[in-house]
This record gives sequence, C-alpha cells and structure tokens, in this order.
Amino acid sequence: MTTLSIQLVNLFAAFLLMLAFAMLAQRRVLSLVNLYALQGLTVVAATTVVAHVTHQQHLYYSAGLTLALKVCFIPWILHRLIKRLNVRWDVETLINIPSTMLVGIVLVVFAFNLALPISKLSSSVVPGTLGIALACVLLSFMMMITRSKALPQVIGFLAMENALFFAATSATYGMPMVVELGIALDVLVGVFILGVFLFQISEQFESLDIHHLENLKED
Amino acid sequence: MSPLVLVLISPLVGALVLALLGQRPYGRDINVVFSFATFLASAFLTARIVANGSVFALDQQFFIDSLNVFLVTLTTLIGFTTSIFSRPYMRIEEERGKMSPNRMRLYFSMYQLFNFCMLLALTTNNMGILWVAMEAATLTTVLLVSVYRTPASLEAAWKYFILCGVGIAQALFGTILLYMAAQRVIGEGRNPMLWTNLNAVKFHLNPVIMSLAFVFLLVGYGTKVGLAPLHNWLPDAHAEGPTPISAVLSGLLLNVALYAVIRCKVLTDGALGNHFAGYLMIGFGLLSVLVAAFSLLRQKDIKRMFSYSSIEHMGLMTFAFGMGGPIANFAGLLHMTVHALSKSAVFYAVGHAAQKAGSQIMDQIRGLMKISPTVGWGLMMGTLAILGMPPFGVFASEFLILTSAMRQLPWATPLLLLGLGVAFAAIFSRVQPMVFGETNVKRLPHAPALLPVFLHLGLVLMLGLYIPGYLNTWFLQAAKIIGG
Amino acid sequence: MTKVFSQFISIVTPILLAPMLLGWVNQVRAWLANRSGAGIFQPYRMLHKLFNKDSVMASTASPLFRFVPYLMFGCMLLANAIIPTLSTDLPLASAADAIALVGLFALARIFISLAAMDIGTAFGTMGARREMLVGFLAEPALLTVLFSASLIGQSTSLTTIVEAVAHKHFAIYPSLVFAGMAFILVFLAENSRVPVDNPATHLELTMIHEALILEYSGRHLALMEWTASLKLFAYSTLGIALFLPWGIAQKATPSSLLVALPSLALKLTLIGVVLAVVETFSAKLRIFRVPEFLATAFLLGVIGMLTHILLGT
Repeated sequence: MTTLSIQLVNLFAAFLLMLAFAMLAQRRVLSLVNLYALQGLTVVAATTVVAHVTHQQHLYYSAGLTLALKVCFIPWILHRLIKRLNVRWDVETLINIPSTMLVGIVLVVFAFNLALPISKLSSSVVPGTLGIALACVLLSFMMMITRSKALPQVIGFLAMENALFFAATSATYGMPMVVELGIALDVLVGVFILGVFLFQISEQFESLDIHHLENLKED
Repeated sequence: MSPLVLVLISPLVGALVLALLGQRPYGRDINVVFSFATFLASAFLTARIVANGSVFALDQQFFIDSLNVFLVTLTTLIGFTTSIFSRPYMRIEEERGKMSPNRMRLYFSMYQLFNFCMLLALTTNNMGILWVAMEAATLTTVLLVSVYRTPASLEAAWKYFILCGVGIAQALFGTILLYMAAQRVIGEGRNPMLWTNLNAVKFHLNPVIMSLAFVFLLVGYGTKVGLAPLHNWLPDAHAEGPTPISAVLSGLLLNVALYAVIRCKVLTDGALGNHFAGYLMIGFGLLSVLVAAFSLLRQKDIKRMFSYSSIEHMGLMTFAFGMGGPIANFAGLLHMTVHALSKSAVFYAVGHAAQKAGSQIMDQIRGLMKISPTVGWGLMMGTLAILGMPPFGVFASEFLILTSAMRQLPWATPLLLLGLGVAFAAIFSRVQPMVFGETNVKRLPHAPALLPVFLHLGLVLMLGLYIPGYLNTWFLQAAKIIGG
Repeated sequence: MTKVFSQFISIVTPILLAPMLLGWVNQVRAWLANRSGAGIFQPYRMLHKLFNKDSVMASTASPLFRFVPYLMFGCMLLANAIIPTLSTDLPLASAADAIALVGLFALARIFISLAAMDIGTAFGTMGARREMLVGFLAEPALLTVLFSASLIGQSTSLTTIVEAVAHKHFAIYPSLVFAGMAFILVFLAENSRVPVDNPATHLELTMIHEALILEYSGRHLALMEWTASLKLFAYSTLGIALFLPWGIAQKATPSSLLVALPSLALKLTLIGVVLAVVETFSAKLRIFRVPEFLATAFLLGVIGMLTHILLGT
C-alpha cells in the first residue's frame, strides 16, 4: 500500500510538471487562472497522500490551508480582477511558444541535475520529487520573464510559490506550522497588494502591458 | 513587560492607530510618538543586554545577542528620526497636492508596520519567521513606493515587487533546504528552525545540502541587499517613493537583509569548513561596488544617484563579511552602522533640497547655500560623510576594510579603490554645484526638519573618532560569532 | 502450433475489425452531432462498392502510382502483425521491434507522398508536403514515447514491453503518463484527425490526408481507405499495448483468448468514443500551428523520459 502511495505522489509530481508546461504554453488568461487552481489542487492531493504515508498530522492542516487559500480563494480573487479589469486578451509572449518550450526542457534538465545529489541524501520517502519541484520553480520563473502583461506575471509568481510549497512537502514533510501560516499570510497579502496594483496600473496606463513599465532608465 | 515585547508591540499598535487616525493633522505627531516609544523600549532592551548578555524570549523564538542588538537600536533610532523628518516633509507634500488624506493614512500605518517587520526580522531566532518578516517588509513598502501614483512610481513599485518577490522565493527554497539539512542532524524535541540550535550543530550539517542552500539564500536575500546583478529594482524603488521611505529603505532594510545573509553564512561556514560562502560573497560584493560606481556616472536624478551609492556600500560590506576575520568583520559591522546613519542623513537633506527646487533632477537644484545654509551644509556634510572623508566614521570602516583586503586579497584592493574613487568623483562633482554657487531654489513654507540630519552626522563623526566601550565589545563579540 | 495460430489471428483480426473501428468512430461523431449516422458497417459497404468499380487512372501516372496502394496495405498489415493485439506470443515480433515499427510507418508515408506527387497536380504535391511536415515532427515524438515505454520494459521489443507492464504487479509510472499524453497528440496527428486534419472535409486547401488519395479510384481507393483504417487500428492497439495492456494473453490458448478478445473489443470501443469526443470538442488547427502541436507532443515525451531517469520509475 505504501509503495502505491509513493507512486501516487510521484504521479502528482509529474502532473505538476505537466501543468507548469501547460501554463507556459497557454495563450488565454482565464485558462491560466484555472490551471493555477488545478496546480493548487494537485499540491493539496500530494500533501494529503504524504501526510497519510508519513503520519504527520500537521500536513493535513497545511493541506487544508492550501486548499482554502490557493484553490478557492486566490483563483476567485483573480477571476474577479479579470472581470473588473476586463482583460481577456490573448497573452503576448516575448519569445514564441515553441522556443519557450525548448528552453523549458533545458531548465528541467538543469533542475534535475542540480537536485540529484540532494535527492540521494534526502531521508524523505519521496526524494525524487525535489527535482521536479525545483524544475517547476524555474519554469514559473521563466513564465514570469517571458510574458509582457502584468497578470500572467502575477500568476507565474503564485505558481512559483506553489512549487516551493510542494518542495517543502516532499523534502522535509512540510515546514513548522507557524512558518507555514506566515507564508500563507504573506501570499494572501501579496495577492491583495497585487490586485490593488493592477488597478492602479490600469488606471494610469489604460492597459496592463508591461512595456509601459519600462521607461525608467538612466539617460 | 519585557522590553523586547514592547519593542515589537509598539509599532504594531501604532500601525493600527494610524490606520484610523493617520489623515488628521496630528497623525504625523502620533507617528513620532510611537516611534519614540519603540526607541525607548529598545534603549531599555539594550541596557539589559549590556548588563546581562544575550537574551532569549518567548520559548527561544526570539534571540538578541551582540550581532543584532546594535542593529535593533539603530533601526529604532533611525525610525524615530525619520518620523521627525516625515512631519514637515509629508506636510509639504500634502499641501502641494501629491498626497491625499487616505494615502496619508496608508503611509503612516504602513510605516509603523514596516518598522515592526524589520524589528521582527532582526529579533527572531526562527529562520522561517525571518523569511516571513523579510517578505512582509517588502510587501509593506511596495504600496509606499507607489504612493504618489505617478507612472514612474508605479513602474518602480511593480519592479520592486516582482524582482524582490522572485528573490525572496529563492530564499524560501534555500530555507527549505536548510530545514532539510537540519532535520537530519537535530534530534527530537529541539526546534530545527532556530538559529541557536542550528549554530550548535553547524559542523554536522551536510555540506552538499548546505552549499546549495547557501547559494539560494545568498541569491534570495542578496536581491534584497541590492547585490549586482540582482539590483535592478533598487534605484527605481529608492528614487520614486517619498524621501522618508527612501531613507529607511536605504538605511535600514538593506542592513536587515545583509544581517540575514550573515546569519546564513555562519551556518554554512560551519557546515562546509572551506571558504565557499566567503568567496561567493566577495564576488558579489566586488561586482556590486564596480557596477554601482560606474552607473553613478550616468545619473541625473539625485535620489537614484544616492541609491547607487547604497548599492556600492552594501557591496563593500558584503565584500568585508566575505573576507572574514576579526578586523574585516568588525569593519563590516561598523560600516553597517555608520552607513545607515549617514545615508539617511543625506536623504533627509536631499528630500528638502528637492522640495525646495521642485524637482529631483540634479541640474535643476542649484545654490542651496544661499537660500538655506542649514540644508546646504547638511547636504554637503552628509555627502562628505558618505564618501568616506575623515574624520567621519565611514572613513574608519572603509580604511579597515581596505587594509584587510590588502592583506588577504591584494588583487581586489585596486578594484575597490577604483570603485570608491569613481564614486567620490561622481558624487562630489554633482553635489558641489548643487550646494554652492548661484541659486534657483525657493524657501519652504514650513521649517525643514534638520535636527535628524545633524544628529546622525554628529553620531557618525563621533564613531569616526571614538567608539563607546560597549559598542566596541559587541562588535568584537559579533565579529567572533561571524568568524571566518 | 499455437504460435502460428496466434500470429494468424493477429493478422486476420485487424483486417476484419479495422473498418468497424472507423465506422464506430464516425457513428459516435454522428451521435454527438445529433445525427443518426450511417451505422458501424458503413466502411464495409464503402469498400464493397469501391472494389466493384473500375479504377480510372491519369495518363501521367507511373507504375509507382499503381503499385503504392498494395505496398501501403502490406506495410500496415505487417505493422499490425507485430503489435501485440490479442497475445504476446508473436513469432514475427522478433523480426521487428518498436523502432522498426516507426520505420514501417515512415516507409508508408514516403511512398504515399511520392504517389501523390506522381500525377503532377498541385493538390497532390501540397498534400505530400504537409504530410511530410506532420510526419517529420511526429516521428521523434513517437520515438520518445516508445523509448519511455522501453525504459520501463528494458527492451524495445513490443511484446517484452507489454509483458513488463501487464504481468508485473500494478504500478503507476509517471513517465508513462507523460508518454500517454504525447501518444494521444501523435495519434491525432498521424491519423489525420481533428485538430490536425479533418477527415470529413471536402475543401482541398485544408486537406492533408485526403489530398494524398485524391487521384485514386476503384480498387486502389478501396485499398487506401482500408490502409487508413488499418493505420488507425494499429495506433489504437499500440496505445493499448503500451498503456492499457491488461487482458492481452501470453499464449494463444482458447481460454486466454476468451479474455483477450472481449477486453480488446471493450478497449477499442472506449478509444473510439474518446476519439470522437476529442474530435467533436476540438477545432481544426491552422496549418502553421501544427508544428507547435507536435512540438508539445515531443516535449511531453522528453519529459516522460526525464522523469523516468529522475524518479526511477
């Protein structure tokens, strides 16, 4: 039974990686938000299975917290933001999507390589997933860099935080509860601030194109 | 109540009160009162540390030792003087229509909350809470940077949020790896996230995990320190926000981030036993000094110029801590103190100067001495202080750093001298026509707050000539803790 | 003796059942479009009609043109013969493994493209170009899928892979999940299904597969249609063999066949429904988006292999 659970966690990790690539290849903002919610759900599922296998009670709480925050609340806020800002356009990318995917593969190989010696040392039941989590972090980071609109950058940031949470779960069975609460609070406040920001930016510039935000240079 | 708890509670209560009352005319004064209360509490705390040595609090979750005690007092002092400075400055800004009453409330309450986050980060023993506090400090200031709602400030705040957010995420990964290394070694019943526990077992932490963890922690917290090549957000954020915010960001938040890096470096040095962490810090520090010095030449906005100067000084400090050894560590700690004091003094003077001229562009500020000798002399003295002229304290610390570098890393010394020299030339040549010569600035409707400027400069001067006994002891003890 | 029998039914089953699979897919598509459809035996009626007609040929046709339909039929038949449909006890399997299977598909693709260009019409050449584009990108993707599977089975022989996955105790392989997704994308591309190509289109400028067989008529067209349905069948059974192999017999004994046949029928029914649903819910991609589609498939295949190396499964 335990081996099956471990394989299930590995499966969720692989699914997470797939979602990270799917977000990278997405053109529509609404599907990005839904993919983010799905990613949150995968992380919750993986955390619950790890909690079950390792009998760590606090992981159940942290899975519940993630469910409430990242699957329900934050996507709801993002949907409302999209509706009020009226942004439904196609996502513009700085380099075209096939090249983005190829660079993504290179990042995945890099992340796996980096994480391999650490996985060998880890005493966790699911050591291999640290590499996948690191790969997801790097992919979200790339998503932030290659988008030219504000909202996908925000979602990339949130996805990065998701991947980090998964890394914590798989490598160390989560962090102490107080730290996790603090991180959750930070994420929540961050999303609020970003929402306020997006309003300010769209009021000021009549658009959420990041290219408007590139005028501060020294000349 | 323990003074430590008072130090933390006072800004929290202040934030709540000012969230309700900040827009009233006496809101500014309430801000000063709360900052003073925090300062008093930290003075009591310091007195207790002087008497009794290091202190734990709240089941070991908080820890004050010689490394962070002077930083706590420094933070509360500069928080207090900045709130004094905020009084006339924000009043003038409000009268000029750049701030609305709601935004004043936001400004004051976020200011107190920001102080709380910094103090939390400095006093906590828990590496996870350190991360949370650093991220919270970023979040509280993001809205403050954009408070003027101009396109430039929105851009600056956005960059600040995104780049620092990404950086902090890397630091979170580093913290996770640190936790992983700790779990393997620290037994049951002892919290593996507490720095004191980690410090006790640092020689047993796994080197592979710790080296990767330190890289992520350095990149993450280093982004907040403003190390090149991760410094892009700094000039914008420090230049576009209100000047009091620039002062605390440059003076205090960079210090807190560097403090976080130092705590991690201590653990890494113990785990690895070689100079890997030190070399990384030396590399980043040197790069920052050079990049900042050469970027200084092209600046037209005065606050951007001084923020590049902050990057340069933080690079110098990182270099010093990277070198390690008792003298370099002592010099780094002294530099943290005097840089915070002089940079905030400079920003106070710059703030009023820019208000007089109506613009932050240096070509448009001329001849301050004619209209307002106090602001003029404040700016001149502050600039000389920050550039490392003797007998100000910055000269002492820079001298110590350079002599250690000559002894340990001779090849780096010419580069450092080059960076410092270029910065001196660039800044001095820009400030001189601003202070002397024909004037084009006007008087301010309210008296500028110049007590903070001269108070800070006085302290820097004193530290250049004489370091009080207890401060000396703390620096030496902290230098030993940092080791290397 | 059982070996010969098992190989025999492995050849006969596709020939007989492939048109029915095609008919089933078209029927489900019709139901989803709220039409009553033509019934699952319609392809058989079509084949019967075509075989009874004369074959008309252009005067510019070369012997290659007449020869290609038979060659294609032979290729697809051989491909079906080496994929374990009902049992893994196939003597022909030792002649060709997974890589040779891809080679067989490539051989078929080359000849049909040549035949399309043979007559010299514009549409034929256009179809040939597009077919080569799709195939050029789909082939590496298919290879990565097969490699992921063979990393698990420790061999590139399809029968060994099936035995490794089916007859060991149940395990979830994340790399196979990625390979499965990649395989679905390649399946849609290679069999000319929506979203890559609409098999029911009559607009020549949007055709890929239909453009290739535009010039054929009579028995040649019958063979080409049959070949297309055999290719669909081959891909379906390949997918079943790699990802859903439970129920495939190890020896062709009557008892195990009693299990294998219904399970095959059930799985093919399911695949037909899923294919029809995917086709109904997708819109056809513009031609310049097709490389992106296939790049995604390749990517997923590569990630599958990488996860296998990282996770060990």
